[in-house]
Amino acid sequence: MATVAEHGEHHESSPPKGWLRWVTTTNHKDIGTLYLTFALIMFFVGGAMALVIRAELYKPGLQLVDPHFFNQMVTLHALIMVFGAVMPAFAGFANWMIPPMIGAPDMALPRLNNWSFWLLPFAALLLSSTLFMDGGAVAAGWTLYPPLVLQTGNALPFTIFSVHLLGLSSILASINIIVTIFNLRAPGMTMMKMPMFCWTWLITAFLLIMVMPVLAGAVTMLLTDKYFQTSFFNPAGGGDPVLFQHLFWFFGHPEVYIIILPAFGIISHVIPTFARKPLFGKNSMVYATAVIGFLSFIVWSHHQYTVGMPVPAELYFMYSTMLIAVPTGVKVFNWLATMWKGSLTFETPMLNALGFLILFVIGGFTGIMMSQVPADLYYHDNYFIVAHFHYTLVGGGVFAIFAGIYYWLPKWTGIMYDERLGKLHFWLSFLGFNVLFFPQHFLGLAGMPRRIPDYALQFTEFNQISTVGAFIFGFAQLLLVYVVYQAIRGVGERVNSEVWEGAKSHGLEWNLPSPMPYHHSFEGIDIQKAIACE
Amino acid sequence: MSLHLIRLLLAVVLSLQALAAQADYRLNIPVGPTETSRAIYDFHMYAIWVCVAIGIVVFGVMFYSIIHFRKSKHPVPAGFHENTVLEIVWTVIPVLILVGLAVPATKALIRIEDTSGAEMTIKVTAYQWKWHYEYPEEGIQFFSSLDEASDRARQLGSDLAPEKVANYLLEVDHPLVVPINKRIRFLITSADVIHAWWVPAFGWKKDAIPGYVNAGWVTIEKPGIYRGQCTELCGRDHAYMPIVVKAVTEEEYKSWVAQWKQRQETLEE
Repeated sequence: MATVAEHGEHHESSPPKGWLRWVTTTNHKDIGTLYLTFALIMFFVGGAMALVIRAELYKPGLQLVDPHFFNQMVTLHALIMVFGAVMPAFAGFANWMIPPMIGAPDMALPRLNNWSFWLLPFAALLLSSTLFMDGGAVAAGWTLYPPLVLQTGNALPFTIFSVHLLGLSSILASINIIVTIFNLRAPGMTMMKMPMFCWTWLITAFLLIMVMPVLAGAVTMLLTDKYFQTSFFNPAGGGDPVLFQHLFWFFGHPEVYIIILPAFGIISHVIPTFARKPLFGKNSMVYATAVIGFLSFIVWSHHQYTVGMPVPAELYFMYSTMLIAVPTGVKVFNWLATMWKGSLTFETPMLNALGFLILFVIGGFTGIMMSQVPADLYYHDNYFIVAHFHYTLVGGGVFAIFAGIYYWLPKWTGIMYDERLGKLHFWLSFLGFNVLFFPQHFLGLAGMPRRIPDYALQFTEFNQISTVGAFIFGFAQLLLVYVVYQAIRGVGERVNSEVWEGAKSHGLEWNLPSPMPYHHSFEGIDIQKAIACE
Repeated sequence: MSLHLIRLLLAVVLSLQALAAQADYRLNIPVGPTETSRAIYDFHMYAIWVCVAIGIVVFGVMFYSIIHFRKSKHPVPAGFHENTVLEIVWTVIPVLILVGLAVPATKALIRIEDTSGAEMTIKVTAYQWKWHYEYPEEGIQFFSSLDEASDRARQLGSDLAPEKVANYLLEVDHPLVVPINKRIRFLITSADVIHAWWVPAFGWKKDAIPGYVNAGWVTIEKPGIYRGQCTELCGRDHAYMPIVVKAVTEEEYKSWVAQWKQRQETLEE
């Protein structure tokens, strides 16, 4: 292995051959590719689980699976999508793009980088293997609430260990990103000059290193409750089941911003490029991101309005939650102002960015509605919340990932992807997504609880529409795989270094050749001149 | 492209309307027979209209840009990228809108959560997977579980279609019977894992948590049968522990109480 690594380091321009390249690599571009590939695979695994859920919900009555297995699907779908698909995808973008955006040759801690990625496949394997254990996988929802989660069979310790591994991987990746941004910026790349994607990731990385240990601690307490006779969450032993919910959501609420902040970053790059205008209010965008990051720590109990909190506590969490609408509004208004009087074109990245904007704003509206305790006493734990968080995390997170992939894919491969198929992928995804999730608002308002495999007859129509949408959305993703695969194979037109018209003024990375050289991205490039041009 | 999108959305909306003619689903929160339910409905509609108003502005600006500032119509982009006044304006206006939401929300919440002054009490204890109801003042208690027909139809590969069962999954063997026009306090707890007690027509829901006794209240103004379900994932049969509340007049309630007492006494002998 050592010889292969040396081999790679000594041949400046081309990577070593064979599978060991991927195991031993310390190259940020390789690791970015690994993260994105892993995320794509997990996206399909988690997506397949979602299709099992939607297929069972096509009709009232049970047709396909046992309720216990249904609950396992609900749990694993969420864990895999959050920890396996969306977070690693953004880590992949961070690896690929942060060094070229700040004028760095690589990430600051390349070996740690390798290690933080390679924890993931093992964690995912461990998590998936629990499906085949005695008693099945965890079936208590991704929130892992005790006492229910303590009824899990042999899967519990393995699930907890895999959560530890996933958390460890995130923490290591975050440390790497923070160190890279603080230490490897090229001279002249001041903090306030730094691109939005780096800023959003910097704040995300701080959120991660603050909340991941809390989750690790909380799930370890579950482990000791189950196997070592402690009573942290067991009322019979003087414990408190609600304590777990506070710990979980102290992690869980920042977690949703961990998913959405890098998405904001990507959108803040795509919209200016295709509006041919600089990002409006860059400084206030940075401050708004920081404020969102801070607020994310003080709002967690809005996930628990029905646990029987005292009224003053409910009021506090309601007011603090509502405040988040202000910096989030600033971001949306700034994106709109960036488009205003621009010169817009609608290539696939821009379509996905606009899709993001529409869906995320709708998710934001339902978020404001749910921040209100009186109304949330109705919405809580019904399909309204399911629609809400899929609008923000899929409509927001995943559509931003699509935007980022189409935006930077030509830079990574040197090949322009198939624009026609890319657009088709967007339209099918956008249509499928809305057919899938919009009816779920109605289901929730009509009173359908979430996480049920079977339902009363009046919920049939919208569930059927939703299931049709799920299959459209799911199968549309095969197009994404095909488009990306063709670009990687080199099928398509070669692109120049700028790729998109006028992109050079929108980031350092567009000064580099497409594809970027394997090592030393900036060799032969005058970074100072490039920074000054922006 | 945006036109395509609008057409697609229109097509979806139209097909939904076609469905509406033949089905008995609903699109919105029900207005139930209680003050809380009406308060929640009113607040929900208020929040929706506020969001719709903001949405018209936001999406209006967005689609105006998409249509009028496309490259073919607006080839030379403007260069501006800052405007402090504008930024202050769109920070302050949302704050004012939020205050406009927070004030009625606070008022409504304080009324909803005030469980004092109850005229009778019902203790609700959740089990995996059924409800236990106790009337401490009357000395009545019983379990309430999914009815037999639903239970048969819900099995994997059942020969009984759910469509053939009246109130599929929303029917129990022993409904909770309560009098109308009486302020009833529910004390809600659990004997095993966390559940949640929710009747959509009453609006609110409350978690049933082992070691906690949570409270909620209703004053039902109209006789009728109100149905709900457990709303916190509680294991394998989470979907199969419905709630049925039968609200009756004071006289009917009294005779029901007498009947149950007699029945309990016979069972004890």
